Amino acid sequence: MQRIGVFVCWCGSNIAATVDVEKVARVLSQEPGVVYSTDYQYMCSQAGQEMIQEAIREHRLTGVVICSCSPRMHEATFRKTVEKAGLNPYLLEIANIREHCSWIHKDKLTATEKAVILGRAAIAKVQLNAPLTAGKSPVTKRALVIGGGIAGIQTALDIAEAGFPVDIVEKKPTIGGKMTQIDKTFPTLDCAACILTPKMVDAAQNENIDILSYAQVEKIQGFVGNFTVTIRKKARYVDENKCTGCGLCTEKCPQKKIPNEFNLGLDNRRAIYIPFAQAVPKVATIDPNHCAMLQKGKCGVCAKVCTAGAIDYKQQDQLITREYGAIVAATGFEPISMDKFDEFAYSQSPDVVTSLEFERLMNAAGPTGGTLLRPSDGTHPHTLVFVQCVGSRCDGGEKGKSYCSKICCMYTAKHAMLTREKYPDTEVYVFYIDVRTPGKSFDEFYRRAVEEYGVHYIKGMVGKVTPQDGKLKVQASDLLGGRQLHIDADMVILAAAIEPDKSARPLATMLTASMDTNDFFTEAHPKLRPVESPTAGVFLSGACQGPKDIPETVAQASAAAAKVIGLLVKDSLTCNPCTAQPDELMCNGCSSCEKVCPYGAITYADKPFRGPNRTTRIRRVAQVNPAVCQGCGACTVACPSGAMDLLGFSNKQIMAEVDAICR
Amino acid sequence: MQRSVIETAASLLETGVCTRVLGWKTGEFFYDVTPAVFTSAEEVRKDMVFTPFCGANLSKYLIAESRKEGKIAVFLKPCDTFSFVQLQKEHRICRENVYAVGVQCPGMSDPDALKALGLKGLTGCVQEGDTLRVDTLYGEKAVPLADALSLRCRGCKSKRLHDCDAIIGTQGKDLQTSRFAQVEALEAMTAEERFAFWRKELSKCIRCNACRNVCPACSCETCVFDNPDSGVQNKAAASSFEENLFHIIRAFHVAGRCTDCGECTRVCPQHIPLHLLNRKLIKDMNTLYGVYQAGADFETKPPMLAFTLEDPEASIITQGRNGQ
Repeated sequence: MQRIGVFVCWCGSNIAATVDVEKVARVLSQEPGVVYSTDYQYMCSQAGQEMIQEAIREHRLTGVVICSCSPRMHEATFRKTVEKAGLNPYLLEIANIREHCSWIHKDKLTATEKAVILGRAAIAKVQLNAPLTAGKSPVTKRALVIGGGIAGIQTALDIAEAGFPVDIVEKKPTIGGKMTQIDKTFPTLDCAACILTPKMVDAAQNENIDILSYAQVEKIQGFVGNFTVTIRKKARYVDENKCTGCGLCTEKCPQKKIPNEFNLGLDNRRAIYIPFAQAVPKVATIDPNHCAMLQKGKCGVCAKVCTAGAIDYKQQDQLITREYGAIVAATGFEPISMDKFDEFAYSQSPDVVTSLEFERLMNAAGPTGGTLLRPSDGTHPHTLVFVQCVGSRCDGGEKGKSYCSKICCMYTAKHAMLTREKYPDTEVYVFYIDVRTPGKSFDEFYRRAVEEYGVHYIKGMVGKVTPQDGKLKVQASDLLGGRQLHIDADMVILAAAIEPDKSARPLATMLTASMDTNDFFTEAHPKLRPVESPTAGVFLSGACQGPKDIPETVAQASAAAAKVIGLLVKDSLTCNPCTAQPDELMCNGCSSCEKVCPYGAITYADKPFRGPNRTTRIRRVAQVNPAVCQGCGACTVACPSGAMDLLGFSNKQIMAEVDAICR
Repeated sequence: MQRSVIETAASLLETGVCTRVLGWKTGEFFYDVTPAVFTSAEEVRKDMVFTPFCGANLSKYLIAESRKEGKIAVFLKPCDTFSFVQLQKEHRICRENVYAVGVQCPGMSDPDALKALGLKGLTGCVQEGDTLRVDTLYGEKAVPLADALSLRCRGCKSKRLHDCDAIIGTQGKDLQTSRFAQVEALEAMTAEERFAFWRKELSKCIRCNACRNVCPACSCETCVFDNPDSGVQNKAAASSFEENLFHIIRAFHVAGRCTDCGECTRVCPQHIPLHLLNRKLIKDMNTLYGVYQAGADFETKPPMLAFTLEDPEASIITQGRNGQ
């Protein structure tokens, strides 16, 4: 006979304000098998936990139901509590009467009724719970960082510093990411390259770090502590070990008219190229779409001029498979496409540029050598109009993004200030919805732009930009002045919203990590676990989790590294005992479960079974590796005969819950 | 055709290619044909038939038969070969113990269709090209084959014989037929009309389990309906709604594995168009995940057991009630 204890938590007023907790405890005490039922202000407090333990001992409880917050919050806490009182931790069930009930209901009667039903379902389930014992699995002491921007570099450096080997996979030919394209950084105005490139070199020289540039993650298998990752290292047609990065080939290559991605197409590069002088690894890469040798089989100039003999036109993509204990996503961001914002004439005039393009135009290593010149005619611009929130904070989110891109207010202030400082003969206008400057020395920075540098900040949006007679006619509204403005501008700079890199979505699928509707990775807890993904062993670094500026990115990158180190120092991890278990007598051996298993936990064995009339039949039956199984339950659904069941979440237990709810 | 089938079977036994032959023999009436295992050439010549009523799909019997001592020869019509391949995909048949003979098929006839044409006292029947010559107590009648075909054969999906060691007749091709027309007609109904339609049809069910026992996809070691732990175990329906759900649960269990062989409808003594449930699921899967034919090959991953990034995330939540 089961002896079940029910503990209803008030969670202060979080639950008690909407749910009549005393009534819930009273009603549930009448359920079959329940021998003890009570309520308390904070079950998770020391006193609350002691109360549970005392009840287990005093009433010789065989199962415990706690009606409280989500099991994601305190299941681990309460499992420890009951274990200390001598009960198997898996004889505990939690009815979520906070997130699933009190927080979403206003009417106390309805909420109380629902809380009772949820409690009843948990009681029905706990009746069928069986004691489970967790096993151990080893930890591979190596980390993988996906993305080699400032976030990935910082995470990798910190992990390597702690003594663990770490690989950086970067899809571009060089690490460095977006920060390499930025000219100066706010609010201190130090040069981005000057602070970033030493870190890139550090990463390259650190013996614990292996940089896999021009590479992409192709397949991820396994689970926390035991990931197996297949990485495709794309053919760059240059032997990385031989190339000295002298750059001679990049000067002699006859294919000259290829838009240079590093300068966002503002100038051209050759078919063989090194993205920029401080690239890491400083190795040339052949663009196979434009190389005459690879396309038509004729040319071979680079191979002729290369004194190191590094050119290899026959190089093939290489598949590398490695084992990792932890994976960090650091895939970063991209500015959104300006296609849907034709009112700003981005596609009509080369003098309408995005802010990242403007960074290149201001950069000493950029296409203009750092002199601000109009892309259309190379003349010096006198009137510049900055438009903020292009694609950010858009209603409905159809045209742009509903969120604030966070970094635009500050970099626009930086651009305006730098323009005025270098070229005092310019008039600079900034159109904004709001200027958002929370952050250390941020507001002072913005005020300097307005007060010291005389930048014209105008609250209102630009309605239309029309290229006319070499000028850009800007129509805008000044909301505070209540008037329409017409400005003849030489250049218009659009603060394009930022979005997650396109590679993030397929990566999330491979990682089984969750994403929000904007394709930013979701954190395990928005406040308390901001650098962990809900998927164990997967961590988040930088703007792939949400828009961030550089200091925030670096802070989060180091935080993610700390979490990875915390995982890698462990020798073994406690496995989840809630794994799949096949009933061999019912198994057809059809392989359905094997096909759906995302972890590769299922194999098959031919086993002898007793047939009719004392005969022996050899049958093919499924075998689950409990160290690899993560208990997702996909196999239990796919199994046509119902032979596969999940310990702790058996079909019977789930049906008992459903029955209890429908009673 | 009948002669070459019988002769092939007899010579396979005589030459020792196989020790047993899985084929058909007549039962009580000439149109009442049942599957049978023959162990000698004499038996084959005496009892084996291949008539327009050999509708039975023999592939399912191979699950047990292919695990016995010695090789077994089996005769399979094109639609049966889909089940044959599908069962191999599920590792249910020991292929090395099977000698598969594909028999090209003009479409199988339905005795009820003949009776519906007003023919009484059937005593025999021979197919000649597009005509069926039917002997009755009241004399001989010629019936166009198309009028005598069973419902499933009117929407024949393929004349292709898959994975056969020998072929009698000619290898055929996949056909373009409007086999989903009836499903579309059901989809066009309102939810209430459709509910009424299925309640009417399914309430005829007597839970004889013939559909389950004949279905090549329903070959579990222990059927969920026989498993006391499954929560859906029942031999006879306790309420009228239960037998309705029996068929729906069964349709979902075979989804992605059903080759649309139509055996369920053929054997139903209550004439419930059960294959329409399976066809609806096939049609939906084709729409959502791309055209897939169970048993058409060994390689293609079944849509219900495969995931691609392009998969639509269709669910009851996005679809809503009444398909809105």
